[in-house]
Amino acid sequence: MTISIDPQKTNNESLQPKGWLRYFSFSLDHKVIGIQYLVCGFLFYLIGGTLASAIRIELASPMSDFMPRDVYNQVLTLHGTIMIFLWIVPVVNGAFGNYLIPFYVGARDMAFPRLNAVAFWLIPPSGLMLVASYFVEGAAQAGWTAYPPLSITTPQSGQIIWILSVLLLGGSSIFGGINFIATIIKLRRPGLKLMQLPMYCWAMLGTSLLVVLSTPVLAGTLILLSFDIIANTGFFNPVLGGNVVVYQHLFWFYSHPAVYIMVLPAFGLVSEILPVHARKPLFGYTTMVFSIMGIVVLGLVVWAHHMFTSGTPPWMRLFFTIATAFIAVPTGIKFFNWVATLWGGKISINSAMLFSCGFIINFVFGGITGVALAQVPFDIHVHDTYFVVAHFHYIVYGGTVFIIFSSIYHWFPKVTGKMFNEKLGILHFIITFIGFNLCFAPQHWLGLNGMPRRVAEYDPQFQFVNQISSLGALLMAISTIPFLINVFVSVRNGKDAGDNPWNALTPEWLTSSPPPVENWEGEAPLVQEPYGYGEEISEQK
Amino acid sequence: MLNKYFYLILIISLVFAISFWIGFNVNLLPAEASINAPIYDELFKILFIIGLIIFIGMTIAVIYSLFKFRKRNDQIGDGIALEGNLSLEIVWTIIPSIIVLLIGLYSYNIYDRMGGMKDLNHNHEMMSSNTEKIWAGISQTSDNEIAINNLSIEVSAMQFAFLFNYPKGNFISGELHVPVDQKVSMKMESKDVIHAFWVPEFRIKQDIIPGQPTILNFTPTKVGKYPIICAELCGPYHGGMRASIIVEEESDYNEWFNKNKKPEVNL
Repeated sequence: MTISIDPQKTNNESLQPKGWLRYFSFSLDHKVIGIQYLVCGFLFYLIGGTLASAIRIELASPMSDFMPRDVYNQVLTLHGTIMIFLWIVPVVNGAFGNYLIPFYVGARDMAFPRLNAVAFWLIPPSGLMLVASYFVEGAAQAGWTAYPPLSITTPQSGQIIWILSVLLLGGSSIFGGINFIATIIKLRRPGLKLMQLPMYCWAMLGTSLLVVLSTPVLAGTLILLSFDIIANTGFFNPVLGGNVVVYQHLFWFYSHPAVYIMVLPAFGLVSEILPVHARKPLFGYTTMVFSIMGIVVLGLVVWAHHMFTSGTPPWMRLFFTIATAFIAVPTGIKFFNWVATLWGGKISINSAMLFSCGFIINFVFGGITGVALAQVPFDIHVHDTYFVVAHFHYIVYGGTVFIIFSSIYHWFPKVTGKMFNEKLGILHFIITFIGFNLCFAPQHWLGLNGMPRRVAEYDPQFQFVNQISSLGALLMAISTIPFLINVFVSVRNGKDAGDNPWNALTPEWLTSSPPPVENWEGEAPLVQEPYGYGEEISEQK
Repeated sequence: MLNKYFYLILIISLVFAISFWIGFNVNLLPAEASINAPIYDELFKILFIIGLIIFIGMTIAVIYSLFKFRKRNDQIGDGIALEGNLSLEIVWTIIPSIIVLLIGLYSYNIYDRMGGMKDLNHNHEMMSSNTEKIWAGISQTSDNEIAINNLSIEVSAMQFAFLFNYPKGNFISGELHVPVDQKVSMKMESKDVIHAFWVPEFRIKQDIIPGQPTILNFTPTKVGKYPIICAELCGPYHGGMRASIIVEEESDYNEWFNKNKKPEVNL
């Protein structure tokens, strides 16, 4: 059965600009939108990374001497907000989701192409607004968590712009989530069953459910907070009888699932990358699907573990300890399955594979400190210290950002039709891996020994370890250079990649590279075994 | 085949041995200066060892796979067509579940020994004065009798300082002085934004939330001077919001107390 091409849509496509100009247009092509998300996200990653460098320069000495104290708080607030809402969430969801999901379900585009374009075009203005707020009256300076009463008492215009920006980005995220759910459930090619979908589809289905269920709560919370700031209402303002702990509950009801919104898509992407380069089927497909859904369900009921020192009642601390620790079980299954996927393969040691393996090692480390942090008595000492900073950077940078780079290397030939320079890619991995671990591993010790987070000055006994950490940050900044050189040189002068340089079996590789506007020249292929690698498979089945 | 299992067992035993050795010999924590600290360090040691075993084990598995199963130049074709192994997957679902459950029960035990599971709303002397709801951090207070013997201190946190009010001496200090081995009961209130009271050597931390007076109890066990650190972002000078706690012998404490004590004002 063929999927009919809507003639009106084809007309629209012909009216749109061609070549590189289409990346600056209100394009409805899911592939163009995916690249728009990726490039836009990467530009904000550079801004967020610059802010991170400023933080590490300030912390190279114990005194507050590099920038004014209030500017330091603005920098750390913007760093967190940009990295989460403008880099990781849009890229692992919007960029790879838009590019890959229609291929994986055998469709020619997303279910709602216009909504898709709107979702993307909300991001650049809100991101620019956020960055520009620095020049108004100072940007928001209450941290990315914006806890009242601090967020109510600090300069108001920066905080209000921050709220507006996060609301728009949240809206973009919800539009994307609805689109992914509709595409995966309703737009599957006839004959393609749910349990035959590539794992990234399941990850995006789980992620999108979390987005749709929890992001509106954040939106509501921030609207109430803006009322407190502008209209002197008393939802969270204790002076007017409000309750600040209620804000924390509402905020973390979104912001803990947000961690899974950032890592579940990465779990999906690594499940696509490992089988191809290890030449083996994905180990334990069914348990992988159930563990994703397990993480989705558990992820919604663990938020109060961010509030163990906020005076929560004992029974609540106990419940959230157990629920949080149990997330380690489905997550552990996935990691054992990935190692089993490598086991007995014929592994190509290339950039994509190395970044994926770096992800496994870093994330296991971050997961272990996560289980420790879930224990109330453990958390009480290290809550709000550099131990927590180290933990979540192991999850979102060592985990998700490593997978973003792995995915860029894996799908670069698909998107451009060119090969990148493998040696530069491996160099990029080595510098990133060493720099990352040098930067964040020592921070565990800092937190345990008495350095709180979000400070511009600290006890001089921590200077040496902080300088090691800053050195690691410098390496991380340097690691961007070989990556950028590699991308710019390879896009123009890279070797021709052919349609399927990795000999992969997932549907996006069963068309030309780069793919045509309608994804396939003819009918969409029916891929019932996306991971059908392996020597004996042709003989046995 | 026997050979294979022999190496596997050898490697697992080595991972365990290294993890236990590091766990018992590498100290990542500051000095222990309260009743809570040794209990905390006991939990830390267990979590550290379990964490090391899992981390070293997984890292070896990944690096070994990359090395052993790497594609040699002359090789073509795929790896083995292994799509899963249900019994193996059940094993690595059940074992982590058991470990997580045991850690949870053990940390519950630790938390109970720290006094965290007690609801302070019912048995605290400071409750008698009014009807406001008082929230509790961890506490070792076991009954009313001990509570009466507590040293009571009122803590005010504001941008960007802690003030310690000694009601019995009718004076306010910027430094917290407490006698060693004496149970201290603090009632903490914030004047503006959220702050947190953290003494790393005591392994205790409690947010000080405006509109929510909070009790925090502790018993120092070691004479010395330790930092009190604000751990919740509270504004530009957050990093500078520090004070000191001085734990001293009872005689030294009494001397300091009597020197600062102000006579009661008779109205």
